[in-house]
Amino acid sequence: MSIENLSMAKAINNGLREALKNDEKVLLMGEDIGPLGGVFRVTEGLHAEFGGKRVLDTPLAESGIVGTAIGLAMRGYRPVCEIQFDGFIFPAFDQITTQLAKLTSRHEGSLQMPVVIRVPFGGHIGAVEHHQESPEAYFAHTPGLRVVTPSNPHDAYWMIQEAITSNDPVLFFEPKSRYWPKGDVDTSASGIPLHSSRVVREGTEVTLVGYGPMVTMLLQAAEIAAEEGTSVEVIDVRSISPIDYGPIIASVQKTGRCVVAQEAPGFVSVGSELAATITERAFYSLEAPVLRVAGYDTPFPPAKLESIYLPDADRILEAVDRALAY
Amino acid sequence: MSYTDATIQLLSPEGTLVENDVTAEYLPRVTALSDEQLREFHRQMVVIRKIDLDAANLQRQGQLAMWIPSLGQEAAQVGSGFAAKPQDHIFPSYREHVVAKIRGVDPIKIIELLRGLSHGGWDPKDHNNFHLYTLVLGSQTLHATGYAMGIQFDEATATGNPDSDEAVIVYFGDGSTSQGDVSESLVFAASYQTPQVFFLQNNHWAISVPVSRQSRTPLYLRPSGFGIPGVQIDGNDVLASYAVTSDNLDKARSGKGPQFIEALTYRMGAHTTSDDPTKYRENAELDFWTRHDAIARFELFLRAKGEGDAFFAEVKQEGEDLAADIRARTIALGVPTTESIFTNVYSEPHPLMDEQYAWLTQYEASLEGGQA
Repeated sequence: MSIENLSMAKAINNGLREALKNDEKVLLMGEDIGPLGGVFRVTEGLHAEFGGKRVLDTPLAESGIVGTAIGLAMRGYRPVCEIQFDGFIFPAFDQITTQLAKLTSRHEGSLQMPVVIRVPFGGHIGAVEHHQESPEAYFAHTPGLRVVTPSNPHDAYWMIQEAITSNDPVLFFEPKSRYWPKGDVDTSASGIPLHSSRVVREGTEVTLVGYGPMVTMLLQAAEIAAEEGTSVEVIDVRSISPIDYGPIIASVQKTGRCVVAQEAPGFVSVGSELAATITERAFYSLEAPVLRVAGYDTPFPPAKLESIYLPDADRILEAVDRALAY
Repeated sequence: MSYTDATIQLLSPEGTLVENDVTAEYLPRVTALSDEQLREFHRQMVVIRKIDLDAANLQRQGQLAMWIPSLGQEAAQVGSGFAAKPQDHIFPSYREHVVAKIRGVDPIKIIELLRGLSHGGWDPKDHNNFHLYTLVLGSQTLHATGYAMGIQFDEATATGNPDSDEAVIVYFGDGSTSQGDVSESLVFAASYQTPQVFFLQNNHWAISVPVSRQSRTPLYLRPSGFGIPGVQIDGNDVLASYAVTSDNLDKARSGKGPQFIEALTYRMGAHTTSDDPTKYRENAELDFWTRHDAIARFELFLRAKGEGDAFFAEVKQEGEDLAADIRARTIALGVPTTESIFTNVYSEPHPLMDEQYAWLTQYEASLEGGQA
């Protein structure tokens, strides 16, 4: 075991460094990711270490970044694109959904598309419009893509490396509210495959399910619930396409109650999908409907209102109480 | 709209070589062509025209969901297609049937796409680096630029060896020039000085909308704003298409960065078989381009060089034979397996693919059981 105490930003930075070292075909490309190290400094130092041919400051054009990454992947490279902020991924939406996601299928398997798209996402940073969004459902809805999101530095270190070695395109959503808090990273082993969900706190009465930035909030809620005498289990979904339902269904079969939480708007969302599938697969174990806690179905509000918009421990506990009341 | 003072033409509509200060730069590439190569240019233009007309008829007979005619654009495509060297990579739009054929893609693969049996499916590695058709306009220009960046990072270009130095050619149309991806690809290409040629076939119509709606400036001038040189050629002149593309590809492969060619041509037929061009364009325009037809002009040139009736009859017969062969094979095409819906969505195992295919298999078996 080799443990380092790192922020998630630094853990991803170290993971990217390992990937660049391990495979000369790995390239990083994006806006301001070179000498600046990215607006969140996730690529800090990598340009100096690996040079401008491995860490590319691209022109300011998201469709151009993803479209040229596709061409580079056709050439045998493994590009890792950085989209500067969640709300700026949409100029690249066409290249991601009509091209990247479909090229392996269109080539009947003769072409692989090992492209990773890193997207800092989610709220809690008090930023302006387009800088705090959670667009993951659009990509989870698109066949041909894989979508993952780490909730802690250890997972981030390993999941970015596993995403880069995947031969399928991976959308890698980085919870920017979790970039700075530190956590232990075991750099000797990941301990769990990329597309696995995991129980991060054991409990017996209610199962809380979430991913990315929401996991911290679920753990906080579980702590408060414990103080109030309720035993809550927390599951970190980690991979939102595909979803590993094994640990989730096993937990719900045990607890009989489930609350799904996310920052994204709830309508037609990853939470909707989780709730529907959990209901289908654990129907006879459920004592209450699967409840959802989500961002409201509005545009992300101005930052001074984000604490009202974003689900917090209190809103999660309100749902826990409702689930227990059935 | 027709030719301009800037249009490079090596072969006049009367079938004679045009000799002046501008063409002097390119004519040596024409005179270096063997008689056999010249005959091959003609053969490919005639044969694809026959295949193209027959494929449109197959659509009318209900054998294809759609056909995308290339009628009228044969010279632009054959010349540029033969200009590419074996090591070059070609990113087509969706109308470059003869470029596909020159690079070894069986026309039946395009038929399969338009009959509803595939989304393309050929492996560019096995087809002389001819990539798949792209139906989202302009998307392929970015793939081409990215690929060319890769060539550059691999140092597989500008080494001074024209027989191994690689370059990329990407095809797109006048409508696509309005797409953001085309502008972004010009930005990236200029920025990274990629070894690539942008080959724009200006066929004057984006379905029903004339090129004047896409651009208020001649399109060959647009790349200059990106720092990329542009030329305009007579796209119905197979020799100009060959010589200028060959020149531009050599520039690209020798480290001179991206190049841009606007080939003025004309979509003589419909955009696709779903279209009706009589609703939006004038006969006078069609007459102009009929008088400037690529094949008639090149036949005059070859006859003046001494080709006789026997060759032209042979080529005509070859077109008819191949078209008949394709008709027969089209009608005999089977439907892909149900499993193929799921098999190549991902390169690596995926639980939804496994679960859904297993469910579908069981469901279909239950239907058969019910019928028994």
